Amino acid sequence: MSTATLEKRGFGATLWDYLTTVDHKKIAILYLLGGAFFFLLGGLEAMLIRLQLMVPDNELIGAQFYNEVMTMHGTTMIFLAAMPLIFAFMNAVVPLQIGARDVAFPFLNSLGFWLFLFGGVLLNCSWFLGGAPDAGWTGYAPLSIWSPTHGVDFYAVGLQISGFGTLMGGINFIVTIVNMRAPGMTYMRMPLFTWTAFVASILILFAFPALTIGLFLMTFDRLFGANFFVPDMGGNEIIWEHIFWIFGHPEVYILVLPAFGIFSEIISTFSKKRLFGYSSMVFATVLIAFLGFMVWAHHMFTVGMGPIANSIFAIATMAIAVPTGIKIFNWLLTMWGGNIRMTTPMLWAAGFIPTFTIGGMTGVMVAVAAADFQYHDTYFVVAHFHYVIVGGVVFGLIAATHYWWPIMFGKVLDEKLGKWTFWTFFIGFHLTFFIQHFLGLIGMPRRYWKFLPGQDLETGNFISTIGALLMAVGTIILLYNVIKTTVKGEMCSQDPWDGRTLEWSIPNPTPHYNFKQLPLVRGLDPVWIEKTQGNGKVIPAEPVNDIHMPNNSFLPFMISLGLFIAGFGFIYRPDTSFGYVLIAIGLIITFGSMLIRSLKDDTGHHIHKEDLEKEGAGVE
Amino acid sequence: MAKDTNSNQYQDQFYKQKHKEEMKYQVITFAMMIAFTIIAFGLVAGPFSKLFVVPVILVLAGVQVLFQLYYFMHMNQKGHEMPAIMIYSGIFAAVLTILALTTITWI
Repeated sequence: MSTATLEKRGFGATLWDYLTTVDHKKIAILYLLGGAFFFLLGGLEAMLIRLQLMVPDNELIGAQFYNEVMTMHGTTMIFLAAMPLIFAFMNAVVPLQIGARDVAFPFLNSLGFWLFLFGGVLLNCSWFLGGAPDAGWTGYAPLSIWSPTHGVDFYAVGLQISGFGTLMGGINFIVTIVNMRAPGMTYMRMPLFTWTAFVASILILFAFPALTIGLFLMTFDRLFGANFFVPDMGGNEIIWEHIFWIFGHPEVYILVLPAFGIFSEIISTFSKKRLFGYSSMVFATVLIAFLGFMVWAHHMFTVGMGPIANSIFAIATMAIAVPTGIKIFNWLLTMWGGNIRMTTPMLWAAGFIPTFTIGGMTGVMVAVAAADFQYHDTYFVVAHFHYVIVGGVVFGLIAATHYWWPIMFGKVLDEKLGKWTFWTFFIGFHLTFFIQHFLGLIGMPRRYWKFLPGQDLETGNFISTIGALLMAVGTIILLYNVIKTTVKGEMCSQDPWDGRTLEWSIPNPTPHYNFKQLPLVRGLDPVWIEKTQGNGKVIPAEPVNDIHMPNNSFLPFMISLGLFIAGFGFIYRPDTSFGYVLIAIGLIITFGSMLIRSLKDDTGHHIHKEDLEKEGAGVE
Repeated sequence: MAKDTNSNQYQDQFYKQKHKEEMKYQVITFAMMIAFTIIAFGLVAGPFSKLFVVPVILVLAGVQVLFQLYYFMHMNQKGHEMPAIMIYSGIFAAVLTILALTTITWI
């Protein structure tokens, strides 16, 4: 029914609907589109890096441009691709999994998305305005402080704006999961994806303030003449590294924990078994989050913190292998004896386990502080973190794309093309990065513009580039699959995978109030319980009643637009007094929109009981 | 349930008792907080060494924060477990950061 109304509306009306939406399902689609765009951009940058390093002494791109491409590849992939894609699936699935009609703060949800998008666009505007950031994605001082172009200013301001959005998203999901679970959905009955989304949100809440502070200090150093990171003036460069990694290490868990959750759902669904060791999975998730705050200095073993600090952080880091190992074994034991269906999502999950285990193993290797002096800043480290981030997060996101496509768009992605995506991407990935372990051990340093002939690095780098091209082919097949399914695909049933959790109990397409009646949850995997012990339909916990829904709003877009304009003002203020005009215009738009939001009563609208009954009974 | 006047009476009585107790605790806490403040001022005014005054005042301040959270902001009541967990995790992350920076970077 909602697609019928969609088709009747023109392009402008649909666009306006998406610009003003506060519906978590539409915001999920926005996040998916935004994240996918930046993922392709980051992928393009990766291709440039690999093509430059295909042959020794290559002159394909210049040294300065290489630095910019390499910096932007890391920054884009972490902040503008992986984070929003995680948020896309959190938005699409978490409210449905806990039996809620929306997130706790729908307005904030929309604001979070627009802040992310405008922050990302601001950062990428640097390409056309005198050069992108060139100090590495970690932006270490003093390189970032003395970098002559405006690139690093764009880095600081752009990430600041998009970081506000992430922080809001995190808080929103904590409140949603604590307060809006359906009757009977206790903490220990929450699906594992919801659990990991919850823990990742807590990590966002505690880790992102460190980034905010760090970026503010950097902004003040670069744009307002402060000296936080300038030793001559009593500052300290090392503080930036600490602050960055106090944020940066929890950040990798923020990314990988939801991916773990995605795989837990997929493996359990396609093995037709409840997740093995559910409570130990929850425990391991929380433990990883807890330990994740005590290991940041393992990125800085070679800084010279002294043997005691190095040992403490080395041991804490190795300890993380324990809860991660618990998870790996639980996944294997979920599959053990299960009725396994090798669909595309399951294929990604099966590919993820060995890949991530290799990444975890090299992780323990680099955690040994003494040995790390050899690995540090070589391609060994590059191989390690691509094995965990691509093998964990990207595999998880692509698996989730296939698994939850029916929830988000009502259609199943083509299975045959999905398998082609998997095999090209999977083989390409291992070709690209496995050989980099050995390049690193031979001594190839990371972040270098070119390598020289006659140092035994030619073959490895050539293979690596071939692998990267194969990964690009996999991504293109996925894109083709998405276009083909959108144009030609047919609407599927509400439960195409024979699912276990609440999101599969909702009619397809999902009504915008999600649940006509809030469901009553009788245990872990509620839909599976009803399928095996009930009549297959989830029991409602309340009679059909009026449903209270939030109103759409254009203000989140305006608030973010204001910060975007003011961001340019702050960056160009040292050059031209026109910067002050931009700052004034931007902040007036932002604070004006906030003022309107505060003064205007917007209590939402009701969907009336009579209209709900007219549409026919939903859950019975 | 709500129609049963008998149980309502008992409930009312129960809540009255409970509110009375809560009021008592709040008054006691309030008195103690004022006392702590007077002690703090007295310490600063009196002839004590800085090494003694600073830690004592910090401890008093910490206790006052706990009073504030538990008695005035109702963290001692049921249904506040989640905020308590979040507050303590936040304190944990912050303390860890400060501890590491003071021991590793600044000395």
